[in-house]
Amino acid sequence: MSAVLVSTTVNGDQTEFVCQTDETLLDVLRNRLGLTGSKEGCGTGDCGACSVIVDGRLVCSCLVLGVEAEGSEVNTIEGLADGDNLHPLQSKFIEHAALQCGVCTPGFLIAAKVLLDRNPNPSDVEIRFALAGNLCRCTGYDKIVRAVKAAAKEVRKRR
Amino acid sequence: MRYETPTTTREAATLMAQAKGSAFVLAGGTDLLVRMKSGLIEPDLVVDIKHIPATQSIEKTAAGFRIGAAVPAVAMSENAALKKAWPGVVEAANLIGSDQIQSRCTIVGNLCNASPAADSVPAMIAAGAKAIIVGPHGRRTVAVEKVVTGPGAMSLEKGEVIEAITLPKRPPKSGDAFLRFIPRTEMDIAIVSAGVCLTLDNKRVIKKARVALGAVAPTVVLVPAAAKAIVGSKLDDLNDEVMEKLAAACAAACSPIDDKRGTVEFRIEVAGVLARRAAKIAYQRAGGA
Repeated sequence: MSAVLVSTTVNGDQTEFVCQTDETLLDVLRNRLGLTGSKEGCGTGDCGACSVIVDGRLVCSCLVLGVEAEGSEVNTIEGLADGDNLHPLQSKFIEHAALQCGVCTPGFLIAAKVLLDRNPNPSDVEIRFALAGNLCRCTGYDKIVRAVKAAAKEVRKRR
Repeated sequence: MRYETPTTTREAATLMAQAKGSAFVLAGGTDLLVRMKSGLIEPDLVVDIKHIPATQSIEKTAAGFRIGAAVPAVAMSENAALKKAWPGVVEAANLIGSDQIQSRCTIVGNLCNASPAADSVPAMIAAGAKAIIVGPHGRRTVAVEKVVTGPGAMSLEKGEVIEAITLPKRPPKSGDAFLRFIPRTEMDIAIVSAGVCLTLDNKRVIKKARVALGAVAPTVVLVPAAAKAIVGSKLDDLNDEVMEKLAAACAAACSPIDDKRGTVEFRIEVAGVLARRAAKIAYQRAGGA
């Protein structure tokens, strides 16, 4: 195995880490950078619990190698709130009880953020399509869709 | 595992050719990393082609379009000109996985995974797409239907790397379409899929057709007999006899397997149904109706 030094930006901070070439970005975030908000669900890109944003695109960090992040900008759930102020998505997820066990929640929030950045006024169908790569076994999704709609309204108000 | 990031396709091909042990090309990684993690493969070398400029972009050329091997499927849907010229190809590419997967997956990776159920492949074959291959002995261009030879098997030689896919310039009065049947509405593997590309004459009669079927044989199949069944006809008068011939030709080209997703009988039946429906959409897009 060979270790490689990788330079990235994580949640706005210049970050360097050393990782094995076959290590995933998810493992790097969790085990080397202490950012344990992103979860490993399936490990095969089906469940979306490990969703992060790399260079503006929503990805499953379990399907990205740590070494691929060289020179990239990575945004994770840890960077979603602005200090102590929760992002509207986070507040609305709490308000609408859009979570139970919470394992899928960071992934849903990140995927929903990418959606709202692109489309601040999504329909129910657009929300469901955008979140199709995130699995939740607790909520039945309805509360999540409502929370995202409410957050979208809040985001539009703040613009 | 050695990880390399060459900046030219030639360099990538040299690395692949000289590799001792198992070597794999990495673009989006949505198949490769899954196989690595499951222990199916243990690469000694991974060649990441995302640092090669020639693999990065979608270009409109005099001959049509050139889609780099590292272009994620989502970038295809963001390219208005490509979407307008080849909506069937773009729609097929956009059916691969979730938004998370779309950010990374590529049509070249979809092709090289060599699955008969690959979503983008029937659409590419129907559209007459070609693969630009760079290897130790230089560069060659091959029709997409010649790349895959069986489940998981390709006609590429050791050291050969696909740099890009080209699509021809869309001829006037042409249209393409792709349809897939899966057990749910999103995110599953095709039970059957069909890509159709049609070119009409001034009287809206089909003068050229290409029909390709997915998940009904060891590879995606181009079905010249299905094309022949509809050339010379109009589809807008819902000519049942022509449509029956098209479906029969598709059924005859099928040699599917039974699996948890569908039976042989079901796949053969649905292949004809999807080909008919895709043909109607392609006909409309060609300006036929």
